[in-house]
Amino acid sequence: MSLKGSIDRINGSLVVAKFEAEPKIGDLVEIGSLRLMGEIVRLSEDKAYIQCYEATSSLKPGEPVLDSGKPLVAELGPGVMGTIVDGIERSESKLWELTGPFVSRGTNIVPLDRTKKWAFEPKVMVGGKVRGGDIIGVVQETESFQHRVLVPPELEGTITSIEKGDFTVEDVVGTVETRTGSIGLRMMQTWPVRRPRPVKERLPLMMPLMTGQRVIDTFFPVAKGGAACIPGGFGTGKTVMLQQVSKWADADIIILIGCGERGNEMADVVAHFPEISDPRSGRLLIERTIIVANVSNMPVSAREASIYMGITLGEYYRDMGYDVAVMADSTSRWAEALRDMSGRLEEIPAESGYPAYLADRIAEIYERAGRVVTLGSDQRIGSLTLLGAVSPPGGDFSEPVTTHTLRFVGTFWALDSELAFRRHFPAINWLRSFTRYMTVASKWWSKYERNWEQIRAKALELLEEAAEIEETARIIGEKAMPDEQRLILLLAELLREGFLVQSAFHEVDRYCEAEKQAALLKVIIDFYNLAEPIIRQGIPIEKIRELGIVSELMRLKERKGLQPIDAARIEMRKQISQLAETYEVKVR
Amino acid sequence: MTIEEAGVVYKTTTEIRGPILFIENIKDVAYDEVVRITTPTGYEISGSVLDVSKDYAMVQVFGETSGMDLNVSVRFTGETLRIPVSDELIGRVFSGSLAPLDGLPRPLSTDQRDVNGGTINPAARDVPSEFIQTGLSAIDGMNSLVRGQKLPIFSESGLPHNQVAAQIARQATIPGKEEEFALVFAAMGIKNEEAEFFKEEFEKTGAISKSVMILNLADDPPIERIVTPRIAQTIAEYLAFDLDMHVLTIMTDMTNYAEALRSISIAREEIPTRKGYPGYLYSDLATIYERAGRIKGKKGSVTLMPILSMPGGDITHPVPDLTGYITEGQLILQRELALRGIYPPMNVLPSLSRLMKDGIGEKTTRKDHSDVSNQLYMAYAEGTRARGLVRIVGVVGLSERERTWLEFADQFEQKFVNQGVYENRTIEQTLDIAWDLLAMLPEEDLIRVREAYIKEFHPKYRRAG
Repeated sequence: MSLKGSIDRINGSLVVAKFEAEPKIGDLVEIGSLRLMGEIVRLSEDKAYIQCYEATSSLKPGEPVLDSGKPLVAELGPGVMGTIVDGIERSESKLWELTGPFVSRGTNIVPLDRTKKWAFEPKVMVGGKVRGGDIIGVVQETESFQHRVLVPPELEGTITSIEKGDFTVEDVVGTVETRTGSIGLRMMQTWPVRRPRPVKERLPLMMPLMTGQRVIDTFFPVAKGGAACIPGGFGTGKTVMLQQVSKWADADIIILIGCGERGNEMADVVAHFPEISDPRSGRLLIERTIIVANVSNMPVSAREASIYMGITLGEYYRDMGYDVAVMADSTSRWAEALRDMSGRLEEIPAESGYPAYLADRIAEIYERAGRVVTLGSDQRIGSLTLLGAVSPPGGDFSEPVTTHTLRFVGTFWALDSELAFRRHFPAINWLRSFTRYMTVASKWWSKYERNWEQIRAKALELLEEAAEIEETARIIGEKAMPDEQRLILLLAELLREGFLVQSAFHEVDRYCEAEKQAALLKVIIDFYNLAEPIIRQGIPIEKIRELGIVSELMRLKERKGLQPIDAARIEMRKQISQLAETYEVKVR
Repeated sequence: MTIEEAGVVYKTTTEIRGPILFIENIKDVAYDEVVRITTPTGYEISGSVLDVSKDYAMVQVFGETSGMDLNVSVRFTGETLRIPVSDELIGRVFSGSLAPLDGLPRPLSTDQRDVNGGTINPAARDVPSEFIQTGLSAIDGMNSLVRGQKLPIFSESGLPHNQVAAQIARQATIPGKEEEFALVFAAMGIKNEEAEFFKEEFEKTGAISKSVMILNLADDPPIERIVTPRIAQTIAEYLAFDLDMHVLTIMTDMTNYAEALRSISIAREEIPTRKGYPGYLYSDLATIYERAGRIKGKKGSVTLMPILSMPGGDITHPVPDLTGYITEGQLILQRELALRGIYPPMNVLPSLSRLMKDGIGEKTTRKDHSDVSNQLYMAYAEGTRARGLVRIVGVVGLSERERTWLEFADQFEQKFVNQGVYENRTIEQTLDIAWDLLAMLPEEDLIRVREAYIKEFHPKYRRAG
């Protein structure tokens, strides 16, 4: 099974080895006397090129290399939920226990704990027919997460035994008689990370992923099973935004991939996530979260693997019939790892030194998002939504990773450094962002607000118009502008401050329910509809601005529930009517 | 070097290309191993293995290769680059490769540490959350620094970044605490007088007895700079995580470091990405910066403040750009402000401290801190926008509201950002100045501040109460 070989050359994370027989591309290997892990990425004549997942210092040519004959797999089963793992699924808290606060090399620990016993409760009976994807039983993995144990994809047959009780992931919990013989069923299965897990059918996307973030949900929603790209220069709040979405999104499972990111940021996630109570269950959010953390000073090749690892884990939970949201921060670091390896392999570069196959790899990743009917006989529906942050060099959106990503996603949240400087967060630029999921969203939103689509369109139109008016105002000054246009500027300000700006740290504002979002947007637009006619009849804009309701409209987002919005609506009518009366003009 | 040191000597160098030697017919050489190179004239220098196969090795030389010929002796030491660490390093001055510059003997210790260090396991990291008061309002009020953070200063030549860094080193305290601290100072390619400035500053305050200085100056070999920041961080880690000290590492200038990395990359004929820098610049910088932080269960901390010059003031230049993606924020010094006589000339708008939220608030600074800072940001941004308008339409073309913003921006720069080189403000002073400025604005425009805090801290209500 395993092939022996020896090191021929070492160049950074690239190790070249010669084997006694032909190994396969993608095989996992153990390198040198330190037994470092690596993966074969290229074969050429008698040489195998290996990307090593760990630092290669002090390796020597001539040291042994052992080919396992198997690709990099994810171990799937109870025990991963709520933990923090590295790019090759090793538990980082276990590594810490074993080797101290600094990651040491060659520590080969298996992902799933082989000794821990889980209470397995069967859901099938002896004699029942099962096939790949069917649920044979459940395990309460964490307080708020029920793990569904699935028949591995390729298996089909009749259950000949099944047991209830406490088992380890490797114990046989049942047997199935297949055409080729009897096979033991275990709670653990493995899957090669670079291969998408099979599904029965892909479905059209039906509903938005609600995040409680107004600018996202109302203006640029992403569908469950869709994909979004979040590019932004440094300091534009990508990470905080992804963390906000992880906290509040209405997904069953959250997978957070920290790919080449800051260690302190991961520490922040690890420290704060367990404290966050889950708005859905009232339990802890961490109980349905997995963190894949590969920080920036870990070897680049494991960084490359971490995205695939995260997505494969996501697909596994999707196959159980859950809605999964996978956040990858940042795919640029993943692309750089690809570039680094490509350079060491001396491949001819395309744009900015990236390999020519960059676009294909990006497409492969985003195509793993989707809403599907899973394998198995019960027509389970699951979804995987993929949100990928991109860190464009110099904040330039025309660079290869951003442009290629935009081809494969449905939503684009353009983060803007100008907004970030003003501490306008989330710094999503409403003029440059887009969503292709409007039909899905409109249908869903109509249950909260009949005219949702028109109101949203009106708001975007006003924002767009305001941007144009501002251009002119920049030349002639706001004072010289006609009052109708200055009202649009005021309204844009109301939309910005009263709706778009949302503080992640404000106790009420950090999460905004759909109903409140709809009501809030409507009251602001209604304000415009009331003010516009009286402005036309000659009431000066200053008088409108002086109305007490203006600052109240900006503060409504901080108030709990819908009642203050209703109160504001009444107050708004009153103040505008009074103003109209003073000037003896008609209110609509 | 002494002769009894181990290792096999080769005289089989076949090519010297820039800072790189190619050596053939070698045996048993390890990747990243340290080599010692001796020229026929007796000049000695170190290097390390960059690429190795069964019969040849590529070696980067941490120094000048000019004057070398193919007859150099190359000794492979069998070890990766390690430095001796002990508390005796404190108070010393060394070269960029740890040769003593203070006339004292070489440091000795049985405790030898790999300069590349290890990666702190993310699970073992503690979240940096202890507010450091630097006494500078632009930092404390707007971009607070916390222990274990890495916060660079982006500057340009001719700006007082050294003064700012020295002032921070001098004034940084945790309000209400007295603890063991140490300073590690790493210079890469800076001028002798700049190094002297820091030395004098540290001497003045007595900080010199608490500091380790590692100096690679402008006239020292550029490639030596590859190891300088790594030596500095190795010492910092040792002081913090073995000796429980709170360490502030100052590195200047990281752009010079990146240039050294680039020249090696070019000599290796690697495919360049932006401005000739190698594709791995991000990962390489990360291996230096990421060594800052805190570890659960350890008392000490490493706080890192790298200084880098933005060539041509361009923040999108690869070095500041990639640095900004690794560090937890950035402090940006700007020429326009310096010209207007503002010290520190810090443009707070593009500056940022990502860890600020964990370090401020009721328990550490004051509960209104976060809101006040956000409000100042917003008002100052409006003010600078109005300033842009004035150039086109003149002050008369501005609305009443815009004029207020404009006045605010001027006052903000003069009274809040601007302060003396020896002026050390407490956080309360900083926040009080902030409220005095915010009082210039109509109350209904203070929408980033919670209403309750307005009632509590706004000078109008405070006077009344």
